[in-house]
Amino acid sequence: MTMSPNSPAPAALELRGVAKSFGAVVALASADLRLEMNSIHALVGENGAGKSTLVKIVAGLYQRDAGDFLLRGESVDFTSTAQAKAAGIAVIYQEPTLFPDLSVTENIFMGRQPTDRYGRIDRRAMKAEASQIFERLAVHMDLDRPAEGLSIADQQLIEIAKAISLDARVLIMDEPTAALSGVEVDRLFAVARSLRDEGRGIVFISHRFDEVFALSDTITVMRDGRYISTDAITDVTEDEIVRRMVGRDITELFPKEEAVIGDVLLQVDDISSTGVFSNVSFSVRSGEIVALAGLVGAGRSEIARAVFGVDGYDSGTVTLGGRRVPRHNPAAAMTLGLALVPEDRRKQGLILESSVARNATLSIRTKLSRFGFITSRAENAAARIWATRLQVKSSALDTLAGTLSGGNQQKVVLGKWLATEPTVLIIDEPTRGIDVGTKAEVHRLLSDLAGRGLGILMISSELPEVLGMADRVLVVREGRITAEIARADATAESVMFAATHAEEPVR
Amino acid sequence: MTSLDTRSPLAAKTIANYGRPLWRRWLLSRESAVIVAVILVWVIASSVVPYFGTTTTLDFLLLDATPILLIALPMTFVIITGEIDLSVASTLGLSSVMLGVLTKGGMPIELAMVFCLVVGLLAGAVNGFLVTIVGLPSLAVTIGTLALFRGIAVGLLGTTAITTFPPFWQNLAQARFGLTGIPVVMVLVVVLIVIFALVLHVTPFGRGLFALGLSKDTATFSGVKVNRAKFIAFLLTGLISALAGIYWTLRYGSARGDNATGLELSVIAAVLLGGVSIFGGKGALHGVIAGVLLIGVLQSALRLANVSSDAINIIIGTLLIVSVLSPRILAWARRLRPSAPRQRK
Repeated sequence: MTMSPNSPAPAALELRGVAKSFGAVVALASADLRLEMNSIHALVGENGAGKSTLVKIVAGLYQRDAGDFLLRGESVDFTSTAQAKAAGIAVIYQEPTLFPDLSVTENIFMGRQPTDRYGRIDRRAMKAEASQIFERLAVHMDLDRPAEGLSIADQQLIEIAKAISLDARVLIMDEPTAALSGVEVDRLFAVARSLRDEGRGIVFISHRFDEVFALSDTITVMRDGRYISTDAITDVTEDEIVRRMVGRDITELFPKEEAVIGDVLLQVDDISSTGVFSNVSFSVRSGEIVALAGLVGAGRSEIARAVFGVDGYDSGTVTLGGRRVPRHNPAAAMTLGLALVPEDRRKQGLILESSVARNATLSIRTKLSRFGFITSRAENAAARIWATRLQVKSSALDTLAGTLSGGNQQKVVLGKWLATEPTVLIIDEPTRGIDVGTKAEVHRLLSDLAGRGLGILMISSELPEVLGMADRVLVVREGRITAEIARADATAESVMFAATHAEEPVR
Repeated sequence: MTSLDTRSPLAAKTIANYGRPLWRRWLLSRESAVIVAVILVWVIASSVVPYFGTTTTLDFLLLDATPILLIALPMTFVIITGEIDLSVASTLGLSSVMLGVLTKGGMPIELAMVFCLVVGLLAGAVNGFLVTIVGLPSLAVTIGTLALFRGIAVGLLGTTAITTFPPFWQNLAQARFGLTGIPVVMVLVVVLIVIFALVLHVTPFGRGLFALGLSKDTATFSGVKVNRAKFIAFLLTGLISALAGIYWTLRYGSARGDNATGLELSVIAAVLLGGVSIFGGKGALHGVIAGVLLIGVLQSALRLANVSSDAINIIIGTLLIVSVLSPRILAWARRLRPSAPRQRK
């Protein structure tokens, strides 16, 4: 690449016309991105728009088929992630992968531990640097605890610490805030800004527009594997960006429609699990959407898991339609009409190495069988109903679930659970990490289901989603339900107040 | 266009069942490769190796392969759940000794056989209990029970052998259908193959086995009773190993504590050769059958060609490594082939 004399100063990172195909599937048709130093550059687009592929090319995980890839004006060809790292590129993924048995500190310095003059690992130096980084992040972290069992939020903070310790010049944050609570997001943004002011370039990928507009300097939109536009953030509006992303107008949040609230379906009475949650009682009625709000780590998912039976609990009872739901027995809960769309769709919701059809029918494999036998024909027929109804974008039913985009994966998980024809649907983070268009589809679907008399218990970390969808908001704080707020009284302030303040009475 | 969503052609109303045509899915599968290999070796050996094409060869080949074929069926279940059972040959030995001791003590052989099968179930229950309820790794558990069951077997009978069994049963174990060279015992084998294949591939239980082998968490969230499924798989290896022990005793007319020592490795080798993933969740029973037959046919052909048994072991060991490596080599070759010319400056 020869630089023309009048070209501007080299960008921290520049992609031009980058393309990537997998067999016949075009993941990226033509992607452009110009990341300046000293800037935070938002990259937005629906799931499947090619953002993840672009990130993987920059990270050295994929090699591009065509186009230019320049780092500080120099053309580069990474054939491994190690090369990209060495060139100063760090990627913070949506779902970090740490070594579960190693400590927080060891994870940060994995593969490049500082050594003393005898060649031994210098734990003191390692710990000192780690604690300094976390101080800078303004995060409390037990440096010696193993990574196992840390929340996704904490795991991401470790990844960020790792990038800082590597002194990465280009940071790519792939939906870093999806699993963070409000306070943590603010902290992360403060760190991101200081990293920018140190001269680094940051690519920020997010589906949350309030964050994009609060944080970024520049915004690039992608759609269907193509570059659409790049603007200074002050020159565009949210509506304009959404229109460009989806290629049409869209109402982002679909508020719940009025539904007839009927009898109590799910009744949870005083369940406790030592050290996890205590004295939790609530009910979900037919036609009602009840939200479990609260900070990440408050115990919301744990309550849902216990109610469904994936985990046990020590005392209390759960009944569904007047019938006792046995403890620690998901199969029995499913038979009674309970369904749980789990928090982590890649690990708990789907079998990534299995086909769309097998995934969609795993929960109803017994129902689908005739005389004890189940056939691919029956599975395909059942899977097709839900794939079509939920508009899953997949070329075939035997496509592996792991190759679908996040939004389509979530649709498969939803289809898998709706196929069980539940009376109460528990849904943990229904729209985490999925694009605006699919988000609206999911919201419309949940509203529609409630309209048909389903009871829905929704766990969500996104306040607009909670406020838009829920008839009642239950706020969980440190394993207890600390407030119950009716739809009319639910505001961002009242929910956040209850989620963060223990003693003061709410409202 | 009835669909509201017109953004992408992929969102059209119908989704195909399969991304690739049937012939490609079939021909490019691992199982088909092993089946083709069996046929190739058979055809080549029939024309090159003297006496290979005779019915006697077929008879002995099948009789020899029967214990491996039997145990490979439940072993496939166990490996698909992501576990392993190394104690099968010891259970076989224990069952063999039990049959000898009980019939020598005057028990009718039919009743003794039932006892043997119960002992097999108990052996499987011990493995299943330690793996699923106590939560120990199956590799460690079954290395332990490999020694334990073999120890009990040898302890019961010492170095002696019991060699008197009712001639009717002994003849049955070796009889063949007319002049075909197909042993009568193959009826039992084929029935069991059909049952295991149906359970694995067309029942909800089988779907659960594959699911939990690929993702234990997702299987649990989907209502698969993970521990129960694994326990059943271990019960089955115990039961079928005991059955193979009965067959072994009658066929060779000898109940010994050291019967079939080391057979577990042949079984596992055949299962892996047949395309079952050692990490769980992947495989098919017809591939396993072909894997057992491939090893059987190769062994038989090489033996008839006067290749030494050491050399046969080297050949089969190499074949196993190559077969486990081949998917990776293919993936690597695919990566090397560029899908479009890369632009470099």
